[in-house]
Amino acid sequence: MTQKQIRIAPRPLRYYGKGIPYVQDTEVKGRLIVIEGPDASGRSTQIGLITSQLEADGHAVLNTGLKRSELASEGIMEAKREHMLGRRTMSLFYAADFADQLENKIIPALRAGYIVLADRYIYTLMARAAVRKESRRWLHQIFGFAIVPDLVFYLDVDPNELVHRVFQKNTFLDYYESGADLGLSEDMYESFIIYQRLIAREFQRMQRRYNLLIINGNRPVQEINSDLQVKIQHYLSSIQGE
Amino acid sequence: MKRKESKHPVQGKLVIVEGVDGSGKSTQIRLLEKWLRYIGIPVFFTEWNSSEQVKEIISRGKKKNLLTPTTFSLLHATDFAARYERNIFPLLRAGYIVLADRYVYTAFARDVVRGCSPEWVRHVYGFAVKPDIAFYFRVPVETSFDRIVKNRPKLKFYEAGMDLNLSNDPYESYRIFQGRIVEQYESMVEPERFTVIDGTTDIEEQQKKVREKIMEILPRQQLARIRAGKRIDGDMP
Repeated sequence: MTQKQIRIAPRPLRYYGKGIPYVQDTEVKGRLIVIEGPDASGRSTQIGLITSQLEADGHAVLNTGLKRSELASEGIMEAKREHMLGRRTMSLFYAADFADQLENKIIPALRAGYIVLADRYIYTLMARAAVRKESRRWLHQIFGFAIVPDLVFYLDVDPNELVHRVFQKNTFLDYYESGADLGLSEDMYESFIIYQRLIAREFQRMQRRYNLLIINGNRPVQEINSDLQVKIQHYLSSIQGE
Repeated sequence: MKRKESKHPVQGKLVIVEGVDGSGKSTQIRLLEKWLRYIGIPVFFTEWNSSEQVKEIISRGKKKNLLTPTTFSLLHATDFAARYERNIFPLLRAGYIVLADRYVYTAFARDVVRGCSPEWVRHVYGFAVKPDIAFYFRVPVETSFDRIVKNRPKLKFYEAGMDLNLSNDPYESYRIFQGRIVEQYESMVEPERFTVIDGTTDIEEQQKKVREKIMEILPRQQLARIRAGKRIDGDMP
């Protein structure tokens, strides 16, 4: 087999909104690929597989995710535990944390020519907040500083299937992933199903505006993976430079 | 920013003070608070960057000097939102006079000087109601600079705007930084309808002007009491 030689053409950073004026005129060689989906949808498995493939093809890859920033993560966990902050406060808090990731990790890696694989991005933050009745318009505006990814996949898993996968991983349903703070149902199982449906609906709503590629996540790992790999390879070969 | 009438009826009044460090605004709002309490009006006082839950995270970030203009802005917005959701808005609804030492205009000025988009910063604070009165304490940069520097042996990194690379000398950096903030404030005076107070005059004189302005927004009943020299709860001083 011949070694694939992919050279990626540089491109300017694009933002969803007003952007970050002080990093406006930046050309990057790297690319940003996002995998979205609920907990237990198989995101990290897929990211692992894609990373190995891309590295085998000779690309430098960086994995990032929400809640991995040095800045606010501890504070977020604590505040969540204590249930002491309002929804708008939490949205801004998450935005700060995401901004930290974006500016201190994602953008530098893109500049250095990495393919950045993000385990979730602003869409999860927006979906969670929108389900909690936050204004979608406002959310779009505050995340105007986020750069537009090159590819965004959303692993769509039926909540009834999802719940079984969660139970294979854990013996309980997570408080927030079940939307328990919303008072949807006294029954955690039912609450989980309703909440995950609401979140999935938000993703469907966002599909066009943010160019989300919805992937049927109800299939076996390998099948989903080859679907993703084909799309990624297709994208990468479409942007080859000189 | 939102107009108060929009969704929920708000009975209280929001009075805020803005100005650079050393402009005398905190002294004035504290005097105002004491007076209002003395005459028996329900008052709540809140200041910038003071939410217990958020403060710690901001100070951790500041210690490491790892804040970018965007994270700096969003963390201060988080602090503001925490105070807004817990205190400012519910207390306004309950009919309090809410006094805020710095409000969204501080962010509009500082974050823009740091390099954030003016429109974006305004969007971030889009949920905040407009104050009934916004006092702006105007002082020449030299005056506020002297007042601050006299009392402080050392300026902090972000306070001096050192993250902007204006100068290697913290004092020089601080002076330039404050000058730019003043420019931002001045550009807001008209569109945001600031009530400008000359911060170089005597403390008593400034306070007199502040109180006169407050009288304009107090309910008639309370005004009559004040004019009669009585405390609103009926107790004589």
